[in-house]
Amino acid sequence: MEAAHAAPAVTDLWTILLVFMLSTFVGFQVVQNVSRLLHTPLMSLTNAISAIAVVASILIAGEPGNGISTVLGTIAVFASMTNIVSGFMITDRMLKMFKARDPKK
Amino acid sequence: MSPAIIDSITKFSYVLAAALFIFSLRWLSRPQTARRGVLAGVVGMTAAIVGTLLHPEITTYLWIVVAAALGTAVGIPLSRVPLTAVPQRTALSHAFGGLAAGLVGTAKYSLWLEQDLLTPFKTSAIVIEVLLGYLTFTGSLMAAGKLQEVIPTRPITFRGQNYVNFAMLGIAALSGVALAINPSLWPLFGVVIVLSLLFGVMLILPIGGADMPTVISILNSYAGLSAVAMGFVLDNMLLVTAGALDGSSGFILSLIMCRAMNRSFTNVLFGAFGQVAAATGPVVQKTAKTATPQDVCDMLENAARVVVVPGYGMAVAQAQHRVREVYDQLTKRGIDVKFAIHPVAGRMPGHMNVLLAEADIPYEALVEMDDINRDLPQTDVVLVVGANDVVNPAARHDKSSPIYGMPIIDADKAKLCVAIKRSMNPGFAGIENELYFADNTLMLFGDAKAMLGEIAKALTGGGSGGH
Repeated sequence: MEAAHAAPAVTDLWTILLVFMLSTFVGFQVVQNVSRLLHTPLMSLTNAISAIAVVASILIAGEPGNGISTVLGTIAVFASMTNIVSGFMITDRMLKMFKARDPKK
Repeated sequence: MSPAIIDSITKFSYVLAAALFIFSLRWLSRPQTARRGVLAGVVGMTAAIVGTLLHPEITTYLWIVVAAALGTAVGIPLSRVPLTAVPQRTALSHAFGGLAAGLVGTAKYSLWLEQDLLTPFKTSAIVIEVLLGYLTFTGSLMAAGKLQEVIPTRPITFRGQNYVNFAMLGIAALSGVALAINPSLWPLFGVVIVLSLLFGVMLILPIGGADMPTVISILNSYAGLSAVAMGFVLDNMLLVTAGALDGSSGFILSLIMCRAMNRSFTNVLFGAFGQVAAATGPVVQKTAKTATPQDVCDMLENAARVVVVPGYGMAVAQAQHRVREVYDQLTKRGIDVKFAIHPVAGRMPGHMNVLLAEADIPYEALVEMDDINRDLPQTDVVLVVGANDVVNPAARHDKSSPIYGMPIIDADKAKLCVAIKRSMNPGFAGIENELYFADNTLMLFGDAKAMLGEIAKALTGGGSGGH
C-alpha cells in the first residue's frame, strides 16, 4: 500500500482526554446559560455542529482507499452534509420567529 | 505550497472552527443574539470544510462533491418541515449523525486492518465509536418513526426484555474486548455492528410517547459522544471538541427533562412508562361542570390576569393562531396574559416555545413553570389548551398515581380554571385528571381550534360594544 494513509496514534491519549474534559466543561457552561425558550433551536444547532464529522468523512471518501472505505466515506459525507444544511437552516428559521413584544402595544 | 504549510492551514481552520462553535452556543443564550450564533456556526463549519479539502491526501473529489450535493438536496426540504414535525426531523438528524460515526469507524477498521496498523487503543476507540454510532442510528430512526406515528407510540414490552438487552450489550462489549486484544478477529467486528444496530431498536421499543422529550435528548447526547469517539480514533481535536459540546448539551437537556418528570435515566430507558397507567382503578362516575364559549368570553373579559397552559394537543389541533387572536383581544383590553410552559410540554425540549413563537406570541409572554406557579394563586382565569398530565394535581398528593412527584403547573390554584378538551378521554399517559372535576374548574368540550375561534369571535363582538 502507498504511504498516503495517515498512520494512527500520533497524538498522546492524555492530550485528547484533556481536550475532551475541557470541552465538556465549556459545553456545560455555555449550554446551562441557554434560555429554556431556545432549547429546540439549541438541539438543532448542536446537531449541525457535531456534523463536523464531515471532515473525517471527506478524507475517507477522497483518499485512495480500498473500495469499501470509499463507499462508506461517501455515504458518511452525505449524512453529515444533510445534517449541516438542514440543521443550520432550520435553526435560523426557528430563531427568526422569536420576536420581542411589539412596542406599539 | 508545501505540504507543511497546507497542514498548518488545515490545523488553523480547525482551531478557528472550534472557537466559533463555542461562540455559536454562547450567542444562543438569548433570543437577541441567537441568530448571530447560527452565523458563527456556519462560518466555523465552512472554514473547517475548506481547510480539509486542501488536504493533499485527497486524490479524488468526485464522490465528495456528489455526496455533498445529494446531502444538500435532502437537507433543504428537511429544514422546511412544519414545526409540529421538528421532533421527527431532529430524531432523523441524530440518526444521520450516528450513521456517519458508525460508517467512518467501519471504514477506518477495514483500512487499518489491511495495513496492519490497528493498535489495541485504536481498536477500542473504533469499537466504542461504532457501538455508539450504530445504536444511535437505529434508535433515532425508531424514535423518529414513533414521533411520526409510523410505529405504534405505545411502549412495546415482552417478558425478559431487559435481560435480552443486557445480554446483547454484554456480548457486544466482550467482542470489543476480544478485538482490542486481537484486532484481526474481524468477524467479531461484524458481531459488534449487528448487535449495536439491534440494540438501538430494542432500546426504543419499550419507550412510550410521553417519554419522547427525554429520549430525544439522550440520543442527542449519544450522537455527540459518537463524534467524540471518532475524534479519539482519528486524533482529531476538532471532532472531540464539537462532539463534547453536542454531548454535554444533550446530557443537560436529558437531566432537565428527567427532573421535569421526576424520573431517573434508568427509569425512562427501562421503565416502560404508560404501561402501568392502563391498570389504574375502576372508573368512578364523577361529574364535571361545563361552560359555553360565551361564558368563557365573559369570564376572560372580567379578569385582570389570565394564564394559558398550552400542551401538545394545541399543536395537534393547529389552534396556536386562534390562541394568538384571543391573546390579542385580551391584551388590547389591558388584561395581563401569560403562557405557562412546562418543560416536557410538546414532543421535545422547548417545542412549545417554538410553536407559540411561530404564532407571533412575543417571547416575554412565555413563562417557565417555576416562575408562573408563584403567580397562579393571584390569577383570575387559567385556560388549559391541550395540556393534561402537566396540570394534574394528583401528581402532588396521590401516591398511587403513575405521575406522583412530577412537578406540575398548579392550574387548580387559580381562582378559576377553564379546560378546553375534545372529550373526557385520558391523556398521553392514560391517567384520569382530577383537575377536571374540581369545584373551580369548568370544561369547554370541543375542538380546541373551533372553541378558541368562538371565544375570539365573542371577544371581538363584545369588545366593540364596550368601547
